Amino acid sequence: MEIKNAMAGTLESGDIVIQIAPGDGLQIDLQSSVSAQFGRQIKAVITETLEGLGIDNVYVKATDKGALDCTIRARVTAAAVRATGKDVWKD
Amino acid sequence: MMFVPGNNPGMMADAHIYGPDSIMLDLEDSVTMAEKDAARLLVYNALKTIDYGDTEMVVRINPLSTPYGRKDVEAVVKAGVDVIRMPKTETADEVRELEAEIIKVETEIGCVGRTLIMAAIESALGVVNAFEIASASKRMMGIALGAEDYSASLKTQRTPGGSELLLARETIVVAARAAGISCFDTVYSNLDDMETFRKEVELIKDLGFDGKSIINPRQIEVVNEVFTPTPKAIEKSLRIVAAIKEAQAKGSGVVSLNGKMVDRPVVIRAERTIAYAIASGVLAQEDVL
Repeated sequence: MEIKNAMAGTLESGDIVIQIAPGDGLQIDLQSSVSAQFGRQIKAVITETLEGLGIDNVYVKATDKGALDCTIRARVTAAAVRATGKDVWKD
Repeated sequence: MMFVPGNNPGMMADAHIYGPDSIMLDLEDSVTMAEKDAARLLVYNALKTIDYGDTEMVVRINPLSTPYGRKDVEAVVKAGVDVIRMPKTETADEVRELEAEIIKVETEIGCVGRTLIMAAIESALGVVNAFEIASASKRMMGIALGAEDYSASLKTQRTPGGSELLLARETIVVAARAAGISCFDTVYSNLDDMETFRKEVELIKDLGFDGKSIINPRQIEVVNEVFTPTPKAIEKSLRIVAAIKEAQAKGSGVVSLNGKMVDRPVVIRAERTIAYAIASGVLAQEDVL
């Protein structure tokens, strides 16, 4: 699957910015004020969402502002849809 | 019904904490063209994940005539939304077109008949066709006034007294009642003028509306205060309903209370007052005989 650079989300409270770029394997760079407490969980949600969409060779930069898991899923999916140009979100 | 922008996850996560009866997540006017896809995904994931309890969940979709409308329907029906709000409704055919779209998605996921429709009436043509719109489908649960677009379509503007909206408001209430569905008034967007807001809520309650659309949690208290019956009105209504039940038990067709005859419209009003009191939390169901 061809991946272009893409981004979704905002820096508002409760949101997360997900930037996706072509990569070798899945690499996640997370910035979050709560990464000590929730970093592993945030990365797990990002990984699980991308795997569910069949995307495994990407570099992800995530800037978290206290997003819930459902927001992380939505932003990762939106970035993935924009990066692939396909409606990959469908159930 | 509290409006919440569909691309603001912080507000979407917190909205139900303030206790609105209904939350309307917006995919239309509050979302820019560039963010329509991301907002749709946010709303989809929020509806699937966040426990909104008893709060009725509504999503305002983009018109079906745009590239976003049908995708919005697919996403929110799959997410299990209670009600789809169709913006800028002008004809009954538009309601039927939305219904067909909903049925298509519901059939795919095996839950036909689950999703209800609310139509926002926001133009002169919509007001003229209000009853046809209100009765266009069994899924219609309500019609609502969208005053900004409506005022623009009349070539006028919003005024504090709302005289420009009077015909539309009355027409929408009459159309909703004739069709047996609910009706909701438009938003009042000046958060710094709670006095005018309160007067507007009192006006629309007197006109017969079931509720008011709001844009901020600060407005919830005023709407609840205006729509909550007074203790005196509740007591009187309870006495009327008790008198009716007593008369029915005796097989009497005529009811009198304090020497006055109680006729059917009085009973209907009393029952409505009691329903509002229960919904407002000032009267418990078990207090009603």
